[in-house]
Amino acid sequence: MTTDGNTKTGGMISGSMLVIDAKDMHYKELNKIIRESILSGVKNILLENVNGQYYIGDGIKGDDITITVNGVPGNDLGVFMDGPSIIVNNNVQDNIGNTMNAGKITVNGDAGDVIGYGMRGGRIYIRGNAGYRIGIHMKGYNEQIPVIIIGGKVGSFFGEYMAGGVMVLLSLDNSEESVGEYFGVGMHGGAIYLKQKIDFSKYSKEVEFLEANDSDMSFLKKYLLEYAKDFNLPPEDLTRGPFYKIVPSSARPYAHLYTSAAF
Amino acid sequence: MLRLKNNFSIEHDIAGCGLCGIINIKKIRTNGEDIKKAIALEHDRGNGLGGGFAVYGCYPEYSELYAFHVMYDDLAAKEATEEYFKNNFIIEKQESIPIFKTSKINDHPILHRYFMKPKSDREDRLFSELKDDDFVVKSVMLINSDYDGAYVFSSGKNMGAFKGVGYPEDIADFYMLDNVEGYMWTAHNRFPTNTPGWWGGAHPFTLLDWSIVHNGEISSYGINKRYLEMFKYNLALKTDTEVIAYILDLLIRKHGLPVEMAMNVLAAPFYQTIDKMEPEQKELYTALRQIYGSALLNGPFAIIFGYPDGMVALNDRIKLRPLVAGTKGDFTYIASEESSIREICSSPDVVWSPKAGEPIIIRTVKTNAKTAINTENISQKQRLIIS
Repeated sequence: MTTDGNTKTGGMISGSMLVIDAKDMHYKELNKIIRESILSGVKNILLENVNGQYYIGDGIKGDDITITVNGVPGNDLGVFMDGPSIIVNNNVQDNIGNTMNAGKITVNGDAGDVIGYGMRGGRIYIRGNAGYRIGIHMKGYNEQIPVIIIGGKVGSFFGEYMAGGVMVLLSLDNSEESVGEYFGVGMHGGAIYLKQKIDFSKYSKEVEFLEANDSDMSFLKKYLLEYAKDFNLPPEDLTRGPFYKIVPSSARPYAHLYTSAAF
Repeated sequence: MLRLKNNFSIEHDIAGCGLCGIINIKKIRTNGEDIKKAIALEHDRGNGLGGGFAVYGCYPEYSELYAFHVMYDDLAAKEATEEYFKNNFIIEKQESIPIFKTSKINDHPILHRYFMKPKSDREDRLFSELKDDDFVVKSVMLINSDYDGAYVFSSGKNMGAFKGVGYPEDIADFYMLDNVEGYMWTAHNRFPTNTPGWWGGAHPFTLLDWSIVHNGEISSYGINKRYLEMFKYNLALKTDTEVIAYILDLLIRKHGLPVEMAMNVLAAPFYQTIDKMEPEQKELYTALRQIYGSALLNGPFAIIFGYPDGMVALNDRIKLRPLVAGTKGDFTYIASEESSIREICSSPDVVWSPKAGEPIIIRTVKTNAKTAINTENISQKQRLIIS
């Protein structure tokens, strides 16, 4: 950690940006510095040499806060976050955006498993691939619509128990197998958009397959344009249809699990 | 007072832990510093109640002998066990396992190692014709269940386990693993949630040359245990991971299954997946499930399996535990977290996650082999590389 400049926060103020060298720093200390810096009015934080620190940005608030991460952050990045933006220039591990309420996480690499668990607002944009159980238990909350966009492919259980919000799978690498098994299993709310059709055998019994209509596309457009800008991709490539829409066939897929369907 | 015999009234152990593995496919040996660093990054995945390492290639001067690592509660246990060894083995060398007393590990059993081979005129020859490997397995089972206060925690050739109660980085210092060299290392950081941490309960679990580190919970422990008991394996440690080591000994050594097929028994494909296979494959996998149904592991797990010719990483069939792999030149790294790999290899050639139930098998090659690890064939390759 650099102690030049602002010793109170334990980091170095460079322009309007606080730079923290996180090498070998425990997550408790790192998060304490981040929280204290935000309280003292710092808006931009650059974390250098991050490797594996858990809970970065845990519960932080403020729409005008930006944290940039160089290195691979640990699990639960942005957990309970309420407003700020986190930009990661590398891969991320598991559980990022856990129960996030507002704000944005942008990942320039790949992501691990269980991304956006119980997420109830904000955006998570992944440039590369993501692992298993993306968007599990994701939900909307009042007017809030959480959005996850994945550029590459994903593992099994995409949208598992999804209750609200929107996920978009772009499959930009055009690989034949861009999703795993059990797609949308237990899904009972929200919507998943696909830029590339997938094998019908992958879908769970609880979902329906539609072609995205104009109102879907106008909703998606602003997010896709933001995604294209964030990752410096040609916007027209991303917004060009057709897109496919996956929605739950019932808001209560298990209503008749223990009773006859006649009831 | 420290007691090795695990008399805790428990059915089995449930744990959430951290794993690491390093292999050099050309069998170039490195000391324990890297594996210590990698597992130390996962410090918070454990709680100080168990840490351990398996290392392959550490005893080249005794490579033809079984290297027994044994823990004893007291000198009486040591004396009784050594009586058994003397009667049944030719002991070429024996010594205390070198340790460094640190303040972090202040309560430990007597730790001793023996380099030996079974006597050709040992007593059991009067009534049975066990091969050396089988006799070693029988001896390990016997000591671990019947010799009070004694526990054999490794018994392979040119390999060894080093484990105990503590965080893995402290266990590494305790055993001075910076002085130990091997071409393959695995490591474990334990977080026992249902049972007390005790020296014998730390990972890795080994038998002969097989070693296992495990994160998760084997819900099928009961049926696996009963199945293994039919083949005279004695489950003395009351820790779920133990069954994996013995199942693999049974499948690979006794039944002659290739490593890959043995992994397909542990994490057998679902019948709905088998239904989609080509007829020949379908027949094979159906047969495997029918014959080895009781060896199937249920529950969440990530394991790293070590054997002299390679290292295997395997997840349960729906991937309920984390596992990441990376390669750099002749090295392959496996860990619970990508950051653990990057701690010792900042810019790997490839980083990827195995698919659920599909083993990553990294085999050693001849020293003069031209190619390093062929990453083109990594079917599970999932990840972009950002160095």
